[in-house]
Amino acid sequence: MAAPDIVMYEEEFNQIKGIIAKLRVDANSKVVFLVDKNGQQIAAHGEIEHLDTTSLASLTAGNVAATDGLARLIGEKEFSILFHEGEKDNIHISIVASRVILVVIFDERSSLGLVRLRVKKASEELNRVFSNIMAKVEKERANVGTTFESPFAEITDEDIDSLFS
Amino acid sequence: MTFINYASREINCKIVYYGPGLCGKTTNLQWIYEKTNPNAKGKLISLATETDRTLFFDFLPLELGTVRGFKTRFHLYTVPGQVFYDASRKLILKGVDGVIFVADSQVERMDANVEAIDNLIVNLKSQGYDLLNIPYILQLNKRDLPNVATVDEMRKALSRKTPPEPVIEACAARGTGVFETLKGVAKLVLADLTKTS
Ligand SMILES: Nc1nc2c(ncn2[C@@H]2O[C@H](COP(=O)(O)OP(=O)(O)OP(=O)(O)O)[C@@H](O)[C@H]2O)c(=O)[nH]1
Ligand SMILES: [Mg+2]
Repeated sequence: MAAPDIVMYEEEFNQIKGIIAKLRVDANSKVVFLVDKNGQQIAAHGEIEHLDTTSLASLTAGNVAATDGLARLIGEKEFSILFHEGEKDNIHISIVASRVILVVIFDERSSLGLVRLRVKKASEELNRVFSNIMAKVEKERANVGTTFESPFAEITDEDIDSLFS
Repeated sequence: MTFINYASREINCKIVYYGPGLCGKTTNLQWIYEKTNPNAKGKLISLATETDRTLFFDFLPLELGTVRGFKTRFHLYTVPGQVFYDASRKLILKGVDGVIFVADSQVERMDANVEAIDNLIVNLKSQGYDLLNIPYILQLNKRDLPNVATVDEMRKALSRKTPPEPVIEACAARGTGVFETLKGVAKLVLADLTKTS
């Protein structure tokens, strides 16, 4: 497989949840969430009870992918920040550790300037966590030639059928 | 790029439906959406033109249940089949774990099928994948129509793997073969996790 899988362990997962919870408060925002570039949600925090975070994740990733495509067309590497302004709510999207997307939703209780500032700080922390994760994954792979242990080593037809029952 | 979360014991896989324009990719997703238990599915998102042609993608998240203690989610995407949307097709293949090629069985669409498979191979390559190594199913759709090529003819024209990929006959409009196809690729994807590292 081309790209290394993202693997999330307890320790880093808790650190990530801590960072985005803090960002939500510091940026005075409604929702903060983290998605991988393929549209899989990693973590979310804030007023998410009435929010379809799965759809949000997929559309955000689509949005970033399309914008990346546009950037390359005009000779840019990427547009590192996307901002959508609504009547009440606004969305601030940025790329962290070149592989994950950080999304902040905020209203008039905050401002673009504040969000930008706080996102910058949180991004540095997230960068650190993600490089730890990648290091761990690499280490695990290199370990005594064993392949990365999959919980699905001997998946059966019955397993699959039970999923779709 | 499968996403395994050991902390919350979740695994997320991305499946892409590929194929020429009007072959029935969106119809596959619509059937799955209609027939899936409400608490196992999210919204079906369709970014489509006013004439219901896929413009960017369709997206359907499924939360199927637990395998070996892991909550298993499949994110199903379709690509736009029309030739000129190639840039979008490339983007959607990013991070793909399994591909379903939906072929249109009508004789007059055989050239379009071949062109779309060649395009799939090129676009997979541009994302660093090789069709030969990726979990892959060939679905022969629209078997209900009168003017279809035989299964043998279609295998000959469209099969690209050795050993040959699983081939499933379908009529997506009535649901025939739709879940069989999805299960087939799901199994390949989960089994493939053991080999990816
Ligand atoms: N007779 C018949 N018609 C089908 C079948 N599956 C799909 N169709 C019809 O084919 C047409 C196109 O189907 P879509 O699912 O929109 O095709 P698509 O592959 O998503 O097309 P694009 O979005 O342009 O790439 C629709 O009118 C469907 O009802 C089938 O099994 N039999
Ligand atoms: Mg479509």
